[in-house]
Amino acid sequence: MKKFANLLEQLLFTYSTNRKIEILATYLKSLNYKEKGITIAVLTGNLNFKNIKRSNILNILKSKLDWYLFEQSYDYVGDLAETVALIWPTNVNSEQKDLNEIVCDLKNSKNINNTIIEYLNSFSSKERWAFIKFILGGLRIGFSTSLVKKSLAMYGNKQLCKIENIWNGLEYPYENLFLWLENKGSYPSIDVSKTFSSFMLATSFDEEHIEDVRYSNDYYFEYKWDGIRVQLVAKNGSTTIFSRSGEDISNSFPEIKINCTELLVLDGEMLVGQNYSPLPFNQLQKRINKKKPSKKLLTELPAFVKVYDILYYNGKDIRNRTLYDRRKKLEEYFLNNSNTNLNISELINFKTDNELKKIYQKFSYIEGIMIKKKLSFYLSGRKKGYWFKWKKDPKYIDTILMYAQRGHGKRSSFYSDYTLGIWSKNTVIPIAKAYSGYTDDELNKIDRFIRKNTIAKYGPVREVKKSLVIELAFDSAQISSRHKSGIALRFPRVSRVRWDKPVNDVQNIEEIKKELSIYHS
Amino acid sequence: MKIRYGNECAKNFQILKYGERIYVDGIYITLYPAGHILGSAQVLLEKKGYKVLVTGDFKTIPDATAQKFELIKTNTLITEATFGLPIFCHPDPSEEIKKIITSLKQNPEGNYLIGVYSLGKAQRVINMLRILGYTNEIYIHGSIKKINQYYLNKKINLGLYTQVNKDNSKLLKGQIILAPPSAIKDVWSRKINNKVIGLASGWMAIKQRAKQKLIELPIILSDHADWNELTRTIKSTEAEKVLITHGQEDCLKYWCKKNNINADALANKNKEL
Repeated sequence: MKKFANLLEQLLFTYSTNRKIEILATYLKSLNYKEKGITIAVLTGNLNFKNIKRSNILNILKSKLDWYLFEQSYDYVGDLAETVALIWPTNVNSEQKDLNEIVCDLKNSKNINNTIIEYLNSFSSKERWAFIKFILGGLRIGFSTSLVKKSLAMYGNKQLCKIENIWNGLEYPYENLFLWLENKGSYPSIDVSKTFSSFMLATSFDEEHIEDVRYSNDYYFEYKWDGIRVQLVAKNGSTTIFSRSGEDISNSFPEIKINCTELLVLDGEMLVGQNYSPLPFNQLQKRINKKKPSKKLLTELPAFVKVYDILYYNGKDIRNRTLYDRRKKLEEYFLNNSNTNLNISELINFKTDNELKKIYQKFSYIEGIMIKKKLSFYLSGRKKGYWFKWKKDPKYIDTILMYAQRGHGKRSSFYSDYTLGIWSKNTVIPIAKAYSGYTDDELNKIDRFIRKNTIAKYGPVREVKKSLVIELAFDSAQISSRHKSGIALRFPRVSRVRWDKPVNDVQNIEEIKKELSIYHS
Repeated sequence: MKIRYGNECAKNFQILKYGERIYVDGIYITLYPAGHILGSAQVLLEKKGYKVLVTGDFKTIPDATAQKFELIKTNTLITEATFGLPIFCHPDPSEEIKKIITSLKQNPEGNYLIGVYSLGKAQRVINMLRILGYTNEIYIHGSIKKINQYYLNKKINLGLYTQVNKDNSKLLKGQIILAPPSAIKDVWSRKINNKVIGLASGWMAIKQRAKQKLIELPIILSDHADWNELTRTIKSTEAEKVLITHGQEDCLKYWCKKNNINADALANKNKEL
């Protein structure tokens, strides 16, 4: 537990993602197979002690400590593991068992509360902290499953996608995984319906080539939907939904079900809305990360998938067929199967700029256009020359700098996170937050401006004299009841700093709403 | 006080030695060492044989840079309560300071920028590093310099130290640098490369707090009494009445009641009056 506690503490106090990945990769080298497996399971939330509940810990504390003093302390600290670590009396007779012995002890315990008490008595404060997290899960140390996968890739010197592809089929104690990572075993074979196939990604389209592709017959054009990319894997009546990084997000979207016997893998965009008419991204956000969406949410914001590719059809891998062929298969599938939550992503055409404009007007929420070579195979990763994304031009508004906060990591001494506002009658109200888009030089200058023009401090936040105009770029604007201004901007970022512009020239909310409604239809 | 707050911080200055008793407006006043920082004092007030002891900020554990805390018996005790929760049980100070030295050995390229209060904590940290055998020059923020000078005059060993300036800051490598907490994340710190940011404070006991402040090396080092010192002191002063102020009053009050000591929070008392 001592080594594991040190690891958790080190991860907690490391703020560079790359460094964190390195720490775990190095740490794994010092462990035996059983410990490696346990460590990975704990870090990814896959180690469960069915016989231990939060209430066990609370009951132990009730029986052993002064409850008033504990409650006050817990209230102050806000984290159960930390409170127990700090308040439980430390004895110095610590006996060191390795993680595997502890797991066996706990799983086989006849009197779990006593076993936990014995452990708490044998640990130092830091070990108690790690132990409570270990047995209850929910580490809260800022180390996600996707970072664990990256560490594993680094540890075994393997491609990340190789790990992502099988991750959901792997199980504790992960022995086959480590044997493969250490080149002592073959690539783990897992249930095909749990296999994630790495996505094919698009590169940015260079507008100069638009005339070449527009009249060519070699490309498909599709909408670039503003949702989340998903892979649907279906077999024998069960459906798994994977996100971009291969995370299983099926629980969040229970209405997406495909009924088929042979393996079918589809690629598309998850969206919400009625009758396949997508709502803005901020509506979809209400569904993401909801592990158990309520009935109300399911009716209000039903999810559907705009499907644009097919990877496996009737159990056969067709990734090595051309997009042209795959599209035929996809159309065939949709012809023969009706599914209320799937919809084929239609092909579009735009011979003139005016037609393109009309497309954007009709669907204000799309991000742009996808351009795909008909003869492209389904290749994993971002390969150049096959798929392109052509984002529509950003929109701009002038805003007034209102508040600023320091950034993280390298930017921790710079005021780099801004709240920007616009006029509403005679006062300035916030419209967006932006923390990117500026050059280093601009950041430096804005930082200096903020320090010189601070009029109030609220903890880490500085209120700035409302005198600097910042031109904001954003992808689209949506109506939002959650924002004071009534507008939510998508991807707001600093476009340039208008040192010259007086704040009185900034528009007011009514004017902006009127202007943006052009894009709404 | 003049160094810290300027020459005009009080109208009149009168020097009172520890243990020397003076008579003001019918009350005898005596100062006793509080062990908080160099020169810190508890104040004992006496009238007709009734004693009131005001601890001010204090700690009872040994500190080579401050006069040793003196335990005084009293009728009423007014105690501080900065760490008045049972979760605060300060670890061995020397082990905490060793963390800096050990970490520096593992990462010899890094500059260890440690946040410390300029008055007291900075000198204690420097002195402890010396006691642990760290002999390299220690780099300091300008605000620490004057106070260091004062400590030197009082014959406290600080070894070699230099102020960080424009010329030397870029060249620093593998050094320990001390600066007030407000400076470790601010413009001043930008000139130092390859930083590892630490903070020496009793609050660092709570990991989530250290994390919120983006601290990489939390050093749990306090100049205030922890829960055990607080409760032990309350008992040992044999006070029949305890007034608690400056910090976490509720748990101490509860503890006093449990131990049959009449106690209240000082602030609440005032509100009632």
